[in-house]
Amino acid sequence: MTVEEIRGGLGSENGNTDKFPVGMRVLAVDDDPTCLMLLDGLLRKCQYQVTTTSQAKTALKMLRENRNRFDLVISDVHMPDMDGFKLLELVGLEMDLPVIMLSANSDAKLVMKGITHGACDYLVKPVRIEELRNIWQHVIRRKKFDSKCQNKSTQDKSHQGSGEGGQGPAGNSDQNGKLNRKRKDEEEECEENGQENEDPASQKKPRVVWSIELHRKFVAAVNQLGIDKAVPKRILDLMNVEGLTRENVASHLQKYRLYLKRISSVATQKANMVAALGGKDSSYMRIGGLDRLGEFRTLAVSGRLPNTGLSSYPPSGMLGRLNSPAGMSLHSLTSSTLIQPSHAQNSCNSINTLGKFQAVVSPTNQNGNLFNGVPTSLELDQLQQSQCATSITEFRSIAEPTIFNAASTFTDSRVAVGSSSNSLPSAPSNPLMLQGNPQQTQSGGGFGNQSSFKMASLNSEPFNIGVSGSSNFLDHDRCNENWQSAIQLPKFSSNSLLLNEPFNHNQLPSNNLRENPSSTGPHTQNSPLDFSSTNTVTAPLDDSRGEMQCQAGFVGDIVQQMNQAPSQMWGEHKQDYTQNSNHVFRTLNSLVSANSFVSPLSQSLGQNDGVCNRGMDVSLVGQSSSGTSTLLQHSEVGKSTMGSKMRSNEDYILEQTKSQGGFVPNNYDSLDDLMNAMIKREQEGTLIMDGELGFDNYSFGSCV
Amino acid sequence: MLGFGEDRLRADMNRLLALLFHQGVLDEQFLQLQQLQDETSPNFVSEVVNIYFQESEKLLRNLRELLLDREFSDYKKMGIHLNQFMGSSSSIGANRVRNVCVAFRAASEQNNRPGCLRALELLEHEYCYLKNKLHELFQIEQQRVLAAGVRYPMQN
Repeated sequence: MTVEEIRGGLGSENGNTDKFPVGMRVLAVDDDPTCLMLLDGLLRKCQYQVTTTSQAKTALKMLRENRNRFDLVISDVHMPDMDGFKLLELVGLEMDLPVIMLSANSDAKLVMKGITHGACDYLVKPVRIEELRNIWQHVIRRKKFDSKCQNKSTQDKSHQGSGEGGQGPAGNSDQNGKLNRKRKDEEEECEENGQENEDPASQKKPRVVWSIELHRKFVAAVNQLGIDKAVPKRILDLMNVEGLTRENVASHLQKYRLYLKRISSVATQKANMVAALGGKDSSYMRIGGLDRLGEFRTLAVSGRLPNTGLSSYPPSGMLGRLNSPAGMSLHSLTSSTLIQPSHAQNSCNSINTLGKFQAVVSPTNQNGNLFNGVPTSLELDQLQQSQCATSITEFRSIAEPTIFNAASTFTDSRVAVGSSSNSLPSAPSNPLMLQGNPQQTQSGGGFGNQSSFKMASLNSEPFNIGVSGSSNFLDHDRCNENWQSAIQLPKFSSNSLLLNEPFNHNQLPSNNLRENPSSTGPHTQNSPLDFSSTNTVTAPLDDSRGEMQCQAGFVGDIVQQMNQAPSQMWGEHKQDYTQNSNHVFRTLNSLVSANSFVSPLSQSLGQNDGVCNRGMDVSLVGQSSSGTSTLLQHSEVGKSTMGSKMRSNEDYILEQTKSQGGFVPNNYDSLDDLMNAMIKREQEGTLIMDGELGFDNYSFGSCV
Repeated sequence: MLGFGEDRLRADMNRLLALLFHQGVLDEQFLQLQQLQDETSPNFVSEVVNIYFQESEKLLRNLRELLLDREFSDYKKMGIHLNQFMGSSSSIGANRVRNVCVAFRAASEQNNRPGCLRALELLEHEYCYLKNKLHELFQIEQQRVLAAGVRYPMQN
C-alpha cells in the first residue's frame, strides 16, 4: 500500500488528513546516533515530518511546549537519561500521544512492559521501512476514538469509569495500558478530549491502590502545596504518577482531610490509645458498647487475624472482635481486646481506666497465650492509643467481653478476645476478662500467660504512665468494661501486657511481650500486631503488671514512651524488645506518626503523634476491616513476638500483610489502612505490604 | 580507459558486496540503507556508517575497559553497551557483528567472564573486518563517482 493510497483513504477521517499520513509529524528519540539517523532516513522516506533528538528530556520538553506539534512519538527503550518506558508513560499521560517503542531487545517481557505502559506498538531493531509505513494507523485510531468520544462526551461523561474497565477493547489494543486511553467502546471514553489528558476519570479505571509509596507521594505533594491550597489537579501533577486520575486523588484527598480533622480533634493520647488498639479498632471503639465485642469479634475474626496472634485483633475493634476472631489468636487478641476497650475509651478521653484495664488485663491473663498474642495487640493498642483515643473507648465497650475473652483466647492465639468473650479460647475468664476487671487475668485457663492480665495490671500502670497518651485509652472509666482499663492499658498494656505476658507470664517469653510491647508502641517490634491486640489487651497487661514487672516496666516505658513519642517508645523498647518488635514498631511508629492516619498500628506506634487521635477511632473502629487488618497486623506482629513466634518483624509483616491481605479487602478502607500499611512497610523494610495495602479510595468518612 | 573505469568500479563494488553478503558480514538491512540514499541525501550510507564506526569504537573501548578491569563485576553495564552495539549493528546490516554481540550478551548474562573475554575478542575481530571491507567499498564507490563524473573528450 503506498502512501498515496493511504492518504486517500484517510482523507475522510480528519479534517486535515487529506494528505495523511504524508506529513505526519513524528518525534524520534534514540540515544544511539546510528539508529537515530537511520530512523530519520526511513521516516523521511515514508514522507513523514521528522524531528529527532537523542535526549528524552529534550523530547519531553518539546512535547510539553507544544503538544500539537507532533502526531506520534517513537522512542527507544534503553536510554541513559531516562527510561523509555517512563517517557512513554509521561507522554501518554500528559500529552496523550501515541508512542511506539523501539528496542534492539525483543524480549517478551519488555514488550509486555511496553504494552502495560501504554505503548501503541513495539518495534524491534533493525527497523524496516515496511513497519514504519504503517505506524500512521496508531494516530488515526486514536483520533478516531477521540472524535467518537467527543460526540458522546456529554452523554458519556457520566459513563466515566463505566466502561473503562477493560483496557481497550480489541480495537484499542495499542492503547492498552494507557489509562487515559482506555478506549473502550466509543461510549465510554470520550472524555479523552473532553478532559484534560491526564484525567482518565471518565474511563473506568481499575481501582487505585494507594500503596504506601503512593500515599507518601501524595502527602508530600499536599504538604508542598499546603493543605489548604491542595487541589487534586495540582496534587496529581506533583505526584507525577502515571495512571492516577484526578478523581483518585480527589477522593483520597477527601479522606485525608477527614483524617486530619479527626486527628486534630482527638487528643493525642487518645489517639494513641486508639491507635494502639489498632487503629482500625477505632471503629470498634466507637462502637462503644459491647456490641463492639461483637465487632471486635468481627474484627478480630474477620478472619483476618489468623492466629497470628494478634491478627485477630482488628484494630480498635479488636478487642471485642478479637474475641471472636476468626482466628484471632488470642494472643494478640487478648491484648488487643483488652486494649480495645481502652481504645474505645480513648475516644472518651484519656483512658483513665487504666485500672480497668488491669482488670481487663487480667482476664487476659488467662489468655496468657492471648497475651502472647496480645502483646501485640497491646502494642497495637499502644499504637492505637496514640492514634485513636477513641479506639480505646471503643475497645472498652467492645473489648470487654471480648477482650477478656480475647485475653484468654489470646493465649492461644485466638484472640477471640474481642467479641466473643467466649471465644477466648483458653480464657476461661473470658467474660471476666472483658469485664475489664482484673479478672481478666482469668487467664487462668488457657493462657499460659495468665500473667497477661497481669500485664493488664501492668498496663494500668504503664498505661498510666505511658498512657499519657494512651491514657486516652485508658479512659477506663469510659470503658465501662474492664476493658477500659484494659483497653487503655492495652495500649500499653497490651503492649505491656504483651510484654508482660511474655514476660511475666513466664509463659510468654518475656521477649514475647517485649516484643509485643514494641508492637504496641514502643514495642513495636515484635508485636506491632500485638499492639493491636494489645490495644485491647493492654489492659490485661496491667494485670500482669504485677508480674510483669518487667513488662510493666515496659509498659510503663511503653506508655511513657508512647506518650512521648512513638518513636521514642519504640526506640527504648526496642532495645528491650526483641528486635523484631522494635523494628516493626519503630517503623510502625514512624509510620504512624508520619501518617497519623490509618494504620492503627501506626497509631499505636505513632500515637504519640497524636495522629492517631483521629485516625484511631475512626480508622480503627470504623474500618473494621482495616482495623482488623491492622490489628491483625499488629497482632500478627505481636503475636509473633508474643508467642513464641518471635518472628522477626518481617515475618510479622508478612503476616500482617498476609493477614492484611486476607482481611483487608485489599484496599484499605482509608488512610488508616494505608498508614498501617505504611507502618508495616516500614517495619519490614521492604515490606510486603507494598503490594498488599490496597487502599481504596475509601472515604474516610466511611471509617469515621 | 577511464570510461570503463566506472563500470569496472561498479562491478568491483558489486562483487565486493556480493562477497560480504555471502559471508554474512552484511545483510538485507544494508540494502535498505542504500535505498535511502538518493538525491536528497547522496551520502547517506557513508554518513550513517561513519557514525556507526565512531560509536562502535567507543563501545568497544568501553567493553574492553570493563572486562579487563580486575574487579569487574558490572555485567549490567556491559549489557547496556552491548545492547546499543547490537542495535546499531543490526540497523546498518552488520550481521556477523550482531551475531557475536548476541553470544557476548549470553555470556554476560551468565556472568561468564572468560566467555565474555572471548566474545570481545571475536567481536573486535569481526568489527575490524567489517570496517576494512566497508572502507574498501566506500573507496570504490568514491572512485566510481569520480569516474562517472569524468568526461572524456572522446565520449562527448
